[in-house]
Amino acid sequence: MDLTHSPADEAFRAEAREWLHAHVPPEPLPSLETAEGFAAHRAWEAELASGGWSAVNWPRRYGGRECGLMRWLLFEEEYYAAGAPGRVGQNGVSLLAPTLFEHGTEQQRARVLPAMACGETIWAQAWSEPEAGSDLASLRARAVRVPGGWRLSGQKTWSSRAAFADRAFGLFRSDAEAPKPHQGLTYVMFDLRAEGVTVRPIGRLDGKPAFAELFLDEVFVADEDVIGEPGQGWRIAMATAADERGLTLRSPGRFLAAAERLHALWRAQGGPQGARAQVADALIGARAYQLATFATASRFLGGERVGAEASLNKVFWSEYDIALHETALDLLGEEGEFAEEEWSQRYVFALAGPIYAGTNEIQRDIIAEHLLGLPRGRR
Amino acid sequence: MTVSPHVPAPKAPAPRFLLDAEQRAFAESLHAMLAAAGTPAVIRDWSRGERTAGRALWSRIAAAGVFALAVPQAYEGLGPRPVELAVAFVELGRYAVPGPLVETVAAAAALRAPGPAGRFLPGLASGESMATLAREGGYALDGDAAAARLVLAADGLRLAPGHGPVRASLDPARRLTRLLPGGELLDPDPPAEGALLWARLATAAQALGVGLALLDRTVGYVRQRVQFGVPVGSFQAVKHRLADAKIALEFARPLVLGAAVTMTPADVAAAKVSACEAAYATARTALQLHGAIGYTAEYDLSLWLTKARALRTAWGAPDDCRAEVLRARA
Ligand SMILES: Cc1cc2nc3c(=O)[nH]c(=O)nc-3n(C[C@H](O)[C@H](O)[C@H](O)COP(=O)(O)OP(=O)(O)OC[C@H]3O[C@@H](n4cnc5c(N)ncnc54)[C@H](O)[C@@H]3O)c2cc1C
Repeated sequence: MDLTHSPADEAFRAEAREWLHAHVPPEPLPSLETAEGFAAHRAWEAELASGGWSAVNWPRRYGGRECGLMRWLLFEEEYYAAGAPGRVGQNGVSLLAPTLFEHGTEQQRARVLPAMACGETIWAQAWSEPEAGSDLASLRARAVRVPGGWRLSGQKTWSSRAAFADRAFGLFRSDAEAPKPHQGLTYVMFDLRAEGVTVRPIGRLDGKPAFAELFLDEVFVADEDVIGEPGQGWRIAMATAADERGLTLRSPGRFLAAAERLHALWRAQGGPQGARAQVADALIGARAYQLATFATASRFLGGERVGAEASLNKVFWSEYDIALHETALDLLGEEGEFAEEEWSQRYVFALAGPIYAGTNEIQRDIIAEHLLGLPRGRR
Repeated sequence: MTVSPHVPAPKAPAPRFLLDAEQRAFAESLHAMLAAAGTPAVIRDWSRGERTAGRALWSRIAAAGVFALAVPQAYEGLGPRPVELAVAFVELGRYAVPGPLVETVAAAAALRAPGPAGRFLPGLASGESMATLAREGGYALDGDAAAARLVLAADGLRLAPGHGPVRASLDPARRLTRLLPGGELLDPDPPAEGALLWARLATAAQALGVGLALLDRTVGYVRQRVQFGVPVGSFQAVKHRLADAKIALEFARPLVLGAAVTMTPADVAAAKVSACEAAYATARTALQLHGAIGYTAEYDLSLWLTKARALRTAWGAPDDCRAEVLRARA
């Protein structure tokens, strides 16, 4: 066991740091949950792509650097340490792209990925429905076979950034007769501006309008926009959901940077005793997450796949994130109440962590049943 | 920004952030040896001051090379090898092995003056003798059992001339005593910080092992204990507590191994606080989910429950460890 990175990896890190130092906007961009901020973030994705940094581990032909998982982790550490903007392209990059790498056709990859890498196409995830959240397999929006493709109808909701995004990917019931709810689902990509699509923004907790619900009325999608075999959508979606929770959604870089900021805030206030334990725990938690992620990445590179262990990560980082931000707001006192304060914005965002990407209750069930081998209960 | 794990890396680098095959094999061989040793009976004897079985087990642990990991090669050891030591202490914790395990390791780390080192270290490495170590004014573990009783005093490392009355710990397997002042000065300038670091690391690893054992035993129990016609492990309130224990332990583990690699005071302190907090929280969960049988001394779970609490404050309470983490970045 060794915790050092190779000289070549460190050189890569230094190159990333230098580029970020020269390019990260000096002032924070407006929130990407607003129209203005969305546009600014889209431009930032293009800037990143022009330097070749928007999807560093992808193959070069799609706009990546082919640099591997470890370097992606190092890049992310530098990215967040540099205070670079949140990634508006995240849903596409962390959920759709891995799916296409594994289940898409070469034609789909060539068509979708380069535009995703440079922010030209921003993707929304259309999985949840008003009556299918945790019980996602109970979803009802349907895909009906028509010549050359499918027609989609139904309602999707809680779709992050969909108010301003270009396209969406989601699961639709293509075989109403299938014996089990997980069967007969088809995974498709569709245009949010296509005929028959209505996007209605819904304010998040802080009122920002990028969140949306989608109404689909006989929306046509061509066969080339179906990912994998029709009817196999559940299996395809779940494989990438595990990756999302496990490695790719929240890199340790983000929490290392947040813990450093918290420590700096605490120090600037003279290191009040009352918050000492929480500040130390934030530093310890970020280090734990970093080391655990490096270990997972090592296993990955050794040919193992991340399965249910992904759920350990998801619960850990989401609860960690809230604790850290609660500490910051406590330290700020009444200043922490102001909505434009960066800490309070990050706090509001952190609050959603235990809900999205599979609620923490569902993750704990997965841990208990798949990692600890406890019997399935009523669900 | 993200990766696709499905995009192969150009050339997979060696998995540096994991234990290597040899380290894993070492853990497995200790695991197998300790599983066969019937430690609960050994622990109960030890708690009563009957040490024959405990000493026999001690010899086997030494023969497996555990103490030698803290002893330099010049004195018939294999060390210093903190990563392997941490791996070993996880297993010792998993089987709740009694005795001054941590203290013997810390004593080995404190003995660097050539004369005393040559006198004591070969015996510690081979398991022929046990040591205990205390800070001046503190309590020593198993001072009545140890052959070498060392004190990190203000004027250096001393060999205590004897010990005071033995006091029971809330972990019956831990017997505490003060060491008498004075005695031979072994080293006026011992590596005290280093010795305390080794003690803290070994305690953290031991606590992690205690926590892992508590989780395993509790999972086993709730799978077979039936109430309301179903295993209690099928109830979500039960599952979720165990899932939380699993999360805490799995994120303490890399801190313990990582600290063994860097051996910085802040990393070791972070490992100690997280492993001990995780083990203690798991102990609370284990007791709750066992119900009254968990509260029963003759049921073996108790041997781990009380140790989790005792280790939490041994060699650095949570607050001291957190302070150390912050001090490093002051
Ligand atoms: C900020 C944010 C962004 C999101 N972005 C997207 C997106 O981009 N695309 C998308 O498709 N969806 C998105 N979601 C939706 C998210 O995936 C769902 O909210 C989530 O799956 C939970 O579904 P639900 O809200 O319907 O809650 P419900 O399923 O109704 O659950 C309500 C409560 O009951 C609990 N519960 C439910 N079932 C069980 C059970 N079996 N055992 C124990 N407890 C249970 C839940 O854990 C939860 O606490 C987003 C949500 C948020 C908050």
